[in-house]
Amino acid sequence: MTTEEIMAVAQGKAPNETFVLNLGPQHPATHGVLRVKLTMDGEYITRAEPVPGYIHRMQEKMGENRTWAQYLPNTSRIDYLSAMAYTHGYVGAVERAAGIQVPPRAEYVRVITSELNRISSHLVWFGAFLLDLGGFTPLLYAFDDREKILDLLEGITGSRLTYSYYRFGGLYNDVDEDFLGGTREFVAQMRPRLGMYRTLVTENIILRKRLEGIGVITPEQCRKYGATGPVIRGSGIAYDVRKVEPYSVYADFEFDIPVFPEGDSMARYLVRMEEMGQSLRIIEQALAKLPDGPVMAEKVPRVLKPPAGDYCYAVEAARGRFAVLVVSDNKEMAYRIKLRTPSFSNLSLFEEVSQGMMLPDALALMGSLDLVIPDIDR
Amino acid sequence: MSLTLQQLQAHLGGLVFAPPEPAAAAAGPPTSPERSSPPESEAVPSSAATAPEPDGVRLVDYASRGVHLEVRTPASQVVAAAELLDREGFALDAVTGVDWIAQGEMEVIYDYFHPTAPWRVAVRSRIPRDHPQVPTISAVFPGANWHERETHDFFGIRFLGHPDLTPLLLPEDADFHPLKKDFAV
Amino acid sequence: MSLPEPFRLLAYLLGIMAFVGLNAAYLVWVERKGAGRFQRRPGPTEVGYAGLLQPIADAVKLLTKQVIVPPGADATLFRLAPVVVLAPALMCLAIIPFGPHLVAREINVGLLLLFAFGSINVMAIMIGGWASRNKYAIISAARVVSQDVAYEIPMLLVVITMLMVTGTMDLNQIVRQQAGAFWNWNLFKLAANPLMPVTFVIFYICMLAETNRAPFDMAEAESELVAGAFTEYAGMGFGVFFMAEYANIVVGCAVATVLFLGGWQSPIGILPGAFWFLLKLYALVFSVVWVRWTFPRTQFYGLLNLSWKILIPIALFTLILSSVMLKLF
Repeated sequence: MTTEEIMAVAQGKAPNETFVLNLGPQHPATHGVLRVKLTMDGEYITRAEPVPGYIHRMQEKMGENRTWAQYLPNTSRIDYLSAMAYTHGYVGAVERAAGIQVPPRAEYVRVITSELNRISSHLVWFGAFLLDLGGFTPLLYAFDDREKILDLLEGITGSRLTYSYYRFGGLYNDVDEDFLGGTREFVAQMRPRLGMYRTLVTENIILRKRLEGIGVITPEQCRKYGATGPVIRGSGIAYDVRKVEPYSVYADFEFDIPVFPEGDSMARYLVRMEEMGQSLRIIEQALAKLPDGPVMAEKVPRVLKPPAGDYCYAVEAARGRFAVLVVSDNKEMAYRIKLRTPSFSNLSLFEEVSQGMMLPDALALMGSLDLVIPDIDR
Repeated sequence: MSLTLQQLQAHLGGLVFAPPEPAAAAAGPPTSPERSSPPESEAVPSSAATAPEPDGVRLVDYASRGVHLEVRTPASQVVAAAELLDREGFALDAVTGVDWIAQGEMEVIYDYFHPTAPWRVAVRSRIPRDHPQVPTISAVFPGANWHERETHDFFGIRFLGHPDLTPLLLPEDADFHPLKKDFAV
Repeated sequence: MSLPEPFRLLAYLLGIMAFVGLNAAYLVWVERKGAGRFQRRPGPTEVGYAGLLQPIADAVKLLTKQVIVPPGADATLFRLAPVVVLAPALMCLAIIPFGPHLVAREINVGLLLLFAFGSINVMAIMIGGWASRNKYAIISAARVVSQDVAYEIPMLLVVITMLMVTGTMDLNQIVRQQAGAFWNWNLFKLAANPLMPVTFVIFYICMLAETNRAPFDMAEAESELVAGAFTEYAGMGFGVFFMAEYANIVVGCAVATVLFLGGWQSPIGILPGAFWFLLKLYALVFSVVWVRWTFPRTQFYGLLNLSWKILIPIALFTLILSSVMLKLF
């Protein structure tokens, strides 16, 4: 530094020098391969630019090169933590296109498995989020509970993570008494566990200090960026696709939508913790009302050729609104499949919200958005 | 939201459309400022893919299509539609494209959902395939910034006035557009 | 056993180095087993019975790794930093009384020496972070400096309080004053300072912060800064930093034991000896491990706020309180 520069700094007149810090693509805190280019002024972020695309697999092109049924396993791999809901979205869109009616028993089982999947996805989020914040232990407790869900779902689907359980017109495998009994047991022992998480983790003063007031997202920002799921519900707007555009048999169940008005990371955290409790309620009601009957619609053609047109179907995945737009031209392969994924829209507001925050707070914000990178990149 | 679906349809029809252009009115007079003719809505589901719809605002059967209102506009009116929907409190769902190579056109689709009312609106616009461009709506909905970058990546559609139309998901130096129908896999 | 003084000192120093080495190795085992049990899993079990040979395996691994000096780094400072971190811990252990006659050197300003050496720790991490020429390391080093400076102050205020209560800086004297059963320990001398347990808690928190242990481990916050100031250290360079961290924990717990819990005095009044010292020391060390795996990390400014706005006023208050109590009674 020259004498003039030193004098300028001493008199407080030097412009602040910023430096660029690269977070990722390999980094313990970004869950997956996401690169965030941070321009920092000391400890404060002046600009955070997420650079996605490191795991872009061109899912939408794959949709155009495979038959409708061949594409079905791909949908589980978009957001692998919430695979059931994503398969539900795709299968629902094709059923809407082809006009296939799903028998009630299949719809109820779809709801039970989707809600179990939602709980397991939120448990992973819970463990990973606490890990980001420095609490190493809740991850293992959460995975203990998740293991029970994975065992239940493995019994009927054969997979632990990417299920591909639904078919056009229903399910490929009926549930057995092992699954139903096991799910009842799971619901019974999960409720006290949620209470334990509340006492040990949610009410911990250090966690509260790290999350309260951090990363406030206003409802207007949510609307402008299309953020959905716990992000919009943590900002005070009660938007849940299961209530607003009821699909499958969700209209038959009584459950609440947890909404917290503060818009900070703590609100989003509480939304997800409460949602787990509400999912347990839905599962209980579905188990009680489960009708008998077939689990597969009759007369579903082997090679599906839905009538030409475009059709849209939306579900509430664990991360937010997942919508599938299929454009069919009456062939055995889709003409266009558009996947509207929640993490993509949720991440797009990160740049605006993280301005002026400190690095650990920005990471707490990113963790509270609950991103799954393959969901962003597809 | 205080309006009914019909009122929203009327607003969109009235404010979005200029007096009917002869080239766009392919079949029938649906560009009247008041209401589009109801019989159109039944005909919509099956013909959408084969022949482009005339411009207009149509009520659609939600249970079979997943959308409540479908708006077809010329490219110049997408920003006005976005502004109107923003005023009515809609949120941006997605912006995407479809490549209609057989008709020499590309279609830009803007999906909107409403956070407090159970409505879905889709705004569609057809643009010529060899020179695809449409004004950006990222000034109205900042979330469209990323969606438009992705659509540009996949189709090569230029969004006029976009602050930073660089590749989002493809590599920075990509000069190909994978979702075009003539892109060899 | 009356060796000439230099040989006695040498024997003790060798003993201390062995103690530090063994501690570093086996405290890692305690930490990993403890972490495992707190997380409902067994921890290392493969190597040796119950994983007891795991530290040996880790040491062999670290020794066989190539020590890389990053290009552009200041080579002298880079190699110096681990040494500067470990040496003060060894020096501090030389003056702590392990048993009635088990002390390397009896010095009548022991307390002063302890804190003089303890402050070198901060500088060493700063050197390590700066010399690495890595953005993550520099940010981490800057955080360490502000954190450690902030927590030195309440720690010293607490020590001054204890100094007034005990009236001497000589650690051996301090331990001998606490003879008798456990109610004679400084922790329970409420006549001299009614807020003595609070003083102990403040000392414990400051000790956690000085040694950069969770929940105050912002400096090496894994999920943000990879390994913080130690990012560029490989092989035994990293191993020495690790050893120094555990050595510092042992020193901090040893000082807490001597000052508050009676050192080698027995709680039941009979049979004092090194055994009691080690028992109390390792009970405190276990609690440090326990705290690490229970709480999430604080924010950086929360940490500094805790020190400047909460701990220092309380420490000042207890200082004034005990001086008043001592004057009046």
